[in-house]
Amino acid sequence: MKRSNPWLAVLFWTFLSFLTLFPIYWLFVISVKPAVDLFSTPDILLTAIDWQNYVKVMNDSTLRGYMMNSLIISTGNAVLVTTLGFLACYALTRFDLPGKESVFFWTITNRMAPPAVFLLPLYLLLTQVYVIGDFKLADTHLGMILVYCTFNLPFAIWTLRPTLDGIPKELDEAAVVDGASAWKVISDIIFPLARPGLAVTLILTWVFAWNEYLLAATLTNFNARTLTTGLSEYVTTTGTEWGVMAAISVFTLIPALIVFGMVQKHIVAGLTFGAVKG
Amino acid sequence: MQSKKLGWLLLSPTLFILGLFGIFPFIYVVWVSFHEWNPFAANPEKLFNWAENYRKVVFDAQFLASLGVTLAFVFFAVVSEVVIGYLLAQAFMKNFPGKSFFRTIHTLPLIMAPIIVGSIWKLMTTPSIGIIPNLLDTWFGIDLNIGQSALAAFSITVIMDIWHWTPLVTLSLIAALVSLPSDPFEQAQIDGANKRQVFWHITLPMIRPALIATVFIRLMDAMRTVDEVLMLTGGGPGSATRYVGVHIYKEVFPRTNYGYGSAISVIVLYLSIVICWLLYVSLIAPRNKKG
Repeated sequence: MKRSNPWLAVLFWTFLSFLTLFPIYWLFVISVKPAVDLFSTPDILLTAIDWQNYVKVMNDSTLRGYMMNSLIISTGNAVLVTTLGFLACYALTRFDLPGKESVFFWTITNRMAPPAVFLLPLYLLLTQVYVIGDFKLADTHLGMILVYCTFNLPFAIWTLRPTLDGIPKELDEAAVVDGASAWKVISDIIFPLARPGLAVTLILTWVFAWNEYLLAATLTNFNARTLTTGLSEYVTTTGTEWGVMAAISVFTLIPALIVFGMVQKHIVAGLTFGAVKG
Repeated sequence: MQSKKLGWLLLSPTLFILGLFGIFPFIYVVWVSFHEWNPFAANPEKLFNWAENYRKVVFDAQFLASLGVTLAFVFFAVVSEVVIGYLLAQAFMKNFPGKSFFRTIHTLPLIMAPIIVGSIWKLMTTPSIGIIPNLLDTWFGIDLNIGQSALAAFSITVIMDIWHWTPLVTLSLIAALVSLPSDPFEQAQIDGANKRQVFWHITLPMIRPALIATVFIRLMDAMRTVDEVLMLTGGGPGSATRYVGVHIYKEVFPRTNYGYGSAISVIVLYLSIVICWLLYVSLIAPRNKKG
């Protein structure tokens, strides 16, 4: 095999990075432009930086609350669906359950539902049906964490299944023969081997939950409003405040970046794991 | 041999949650789809009208057109994403300076909310104030007007989707590629297999489960795209980018035809399930049974 020049790769990726980053750069440009400049002929380079949109966002205490809600909901949801998806995939790949392929396929159909129409039944369920005493699931963190399972749990199951299928069954069968409990097999054998897949699932489900808009906009009104719904509050009758929206968007990116950075270590750990195995 | 009871026990929380938040809303939507209903009207009563909504759907030219553009959108977007995503994942298998840095940059679009992606692409492509039409005009003299040209609007939604979701494909394929054992590849090299043979006979069969899972996820998500396109084009110009998700949204919210919107949803959901089921039965299920 011929060896390609690594600097050629760097050149290629630098070019590609410009394409990838440009819309994000433009988001930043919009966020620091004075509002009057937005509707003139655009300059590709920044001429003046005006931080007032950021000042506005920083001083907005409701947005801070929204950010906290978003963090709680997406973290709770990602951890929940990754755990449940992991257990479900273990059951699906290791047990000879009748009809398991149909069950597996059914889980994924939950992600196919066109969202607009399902907003109302979910709203009714959360406000009128799933009520215990005075406690309603509507507009609570728990409610949103559970509702987000409808699209994230199928995703977790689907991305984790190839991972668990890839772990040789002989490994855990041997452990079962040796008398290890199911819990021990899962935690000591399967979990470490599935870590790269789990990391990818965790980060992606987190991001899906963090970015969800339609459900959050309909099912929450005060206590559990998320950051993405905060964006739409700047679309007013007098016109959209694009600058402020862009500034909030930049803020929504920061936690996502941090979470991604944290989990990427594990994906890289997965990379070395693959190398050792191969 | 492990007990079946334990297997069902491990599955039960998943089935329970999806039952509570998946099945009940679904039954509700099916029920409403047999009614004429405007929940936002002064007199929000459900009028049972048999299969009238379904009859309407079949003859609804706008819906059929919307289904057509959706399939075109899904096809162009998902095929490009899978091809580009695979090539990029393969490129990340080599070692070069700054690899993890570039991988992080390449993943950035993925962490952006669809509603933000829609807004930013709208700001970039709106005629006269957007940067892209301006640059295309001054550099190449091309007139890109997503407010007038159906093709331009369609292409921009596809490009936006590719920009946003290719990283998802890349990331899952990286995860699949790194976990491949290296022996078959070394053996192929010894046997003098060329790159194409290695791809078709070794790489592709081995990453197939992960590849199909990724394609499915992209297929389903592209089918039900709403926020991004609603924000970018609002379904226009005309109904050039009125994809089914957008179409249903517009039936339910501005036009308040809830019963009719439900009927369309049931049909779209049914079509998605049939398409995916056929793909699933022919591509994945036999493999899982074997394993």
